[in-house]
Amino acid sequence: MSAPGLGSSPETRPPRSPRDGSPAGAPVLALRDLCVRFSGRPALRDISLDVTRGRIVAVIGPSGCGKTTLLQALNRMNELIPGARTTGSVRFDGVELYRPEIDPVEVRRRIGMVFREATLFPGSVFDNVAFGPQAAGFGGDLHALAEEVLAASGLWSDLGGDPDVPAASLSAGQRQRLCIARALAVRPQILLLDEPTAALDPTATARIGSLIHSLMPHLTIVIATNDVRLAARTSNLTAYLDRGELVEYGPTETLCTNPADPRTESYLTGRIP
Amino acid sequence: MTADGSSLKPPQAARPVSAGPPASAFEGTGTASRALSERIARRFFQVCAMLAALAAAAVIATLASESALFFMEVSPVRFLTELAWTPLAEEPRFGILPLLAATAQITAGAAVVAFPLGLLTAVYLEYYSDPRAARILTAAVIVLAAVPTVVYGYVALNFVTPALRNVWPSLEAYNGISACLVVGVMILPTVTLLSRSALQAVPPSLTDAGLALGASSARVLLRGILPAASGGIAAALALAVARAAGETMIVTLAAGNQPGLTWSPLEGLRTLTAYIAQASMGDAPSGTMEYRAFFAVASVLFVITYAVHALGRWLAGGRSRRRDAAARARPATAGARR
Repeated sequence: MSAPGLGSSPETRPPRSPRDGSPAGAPVLALRDLCVRFSGRPALRDISLDVTRGRIVAVIGPSGCGKTTLLQALNRMNELIPGARTTGSVRFDGVELYRPEIDPVEVRRRIGMVFREATLFPGSVFDNVAFGPQAAGFGGDLHALAEEVLAASGLWSDLGGDPDVPAASLSAGQRQRLCIARALAVRPQILLLDEPTAALDPTATARIGSLIHSLMPHLTIVIATNDVRLAARTSNLTAYLDRGELVEYGPTETLCTNPADPRTESYLTGRIP
Repeated sequence: MTADGSSLKPPQAARPVSAGPPASAFEGTGTASRALSERIARRFFQVCAMLAALAAAAVIATLASESALFFMEVSPVRFLTELAWTPLAEEPRFGILPLLAATAQITAGAAVVAFPLGLLTAVYLEYYSDPRAARILTAAVIVLAAVPTVVYGYVALNFVTPALRNVWPSLEAYNGISACLVVGVMILPTVTLLSRSALQAVPPSLTDAGLALGASSARVLLRGILPAASGGIAAALALAVARAAGETMIVTLAAGNQPGLTWSPLEGLRTLTAYIAQASMGDAPSGTMEYRAFFAVASVLFVITYAVHALGRWLAGGRSRRRDAAARARPATAGARR
């Protein structure tokens, strides 16, 4: 992969692809008839969608609509839940992720995930960043990598250039940015963000929003959120989920200003259907 | 009882016939008697709580005063440097070291048995076993905790030692190694159950975070969960050590009561507790040196087990909070640092 350095300054970074969702080559993610059941109860029904490399896709919808399940289906986290059963197809760069010989650990190295709750490992900020690369047997300069991803997440200057600060001393917003930084340290091709701002105040949310938008242009991001404004501000494409079904999927601007489905419209406008 | 009994009657019964309507909706007529009964209840609970404190104070005062009388005759230097504990000999010697060494030996041996077994069992129960196996194994561990120590001692003397003699024919009837093994089994439930609680206290989101970073579950366990639970696990180990150091029945039955300093686990020895058990069964008249020597040893044992206990509580409770507080006091923002 020829991704440019994470730490490049915003000026030198090539402009992000236009936010119109126009196709650019084969999709990095292709879902076909994806169904997930928990102990027989359906949580996702027949989801089919494509994601193009480098795009930011927002998944919105009411609580319990299956946003988290959809994200966790993409890096095989659902199978850690007892009773979960996944059918259908998820292809990553053309490879079927649910083939039995595929190692979920390898899947998660390529498709990283950040959760709603920013749970940090004990130890320093550096320890948190080093966790993933060390697990993957990273042989390079960990300190350089840490500086790079911490700079990319805007934490490097917050920390005054000292990654040995105890992780427990960070604020809630800084913790979530550390979670994004440590996920980036594994150099995933896709980053899944599950309601990353749900526990944050508006200022911290805004910082995460601009951070998401500034991440490297070849990184594909799927973000599940309840915050429609965050989705509108950051994403190229938006998917609206309702009760486990994909109601609508299209360019964010179109979906937000002129939704095709009345269910999407009532969600966006806050009306109860 | 009469004061209490009246307060249990409904308010109407306590209300004087001549009383007018209550001044406000909240000012019930039972207020006065209720306040009285609450005062009595509070006093009663207070007295109960005071009894525990009183008992603790009485134990400490007795230990301290009798030990003080002991140390007026035997210098602490002698107490800590003499190499034999023979208070009944013609020329009595009062060196605590042989007793301390024996207690340390038994405790260390038991820890070698119980720490790895208990910790690995806890990890297995929490992360690898299916729920059915976990239930059965947990029940088995609880059975170990319910076995009276005198039964353990009997088993050590009559089953473990004979079995070990098949391996080491030179093994004495009373020996340290049998006591170590059986005390280790006795503290196994403490290590297992408390370590498991420490593991359970680690949020499941930490496991998810580690797995989502592409770590194997073994790595998440070793580098994420165990460090996060280390305070609680250390506390579990400390409490188990306190139990092993204070164990009396098993060591008396299995290791006997041999005076003298020995480091061989094949020989019998005499721990602090075994000496205290023996001395309290004899009838040393109060005021004699033997009598006071008993209190001096008891004080040493008390200080040791209390210290280890306190260490365990400190590790379990405050440590992580204090560390967080210290971390918070350290500014993490560039502005504050520069």
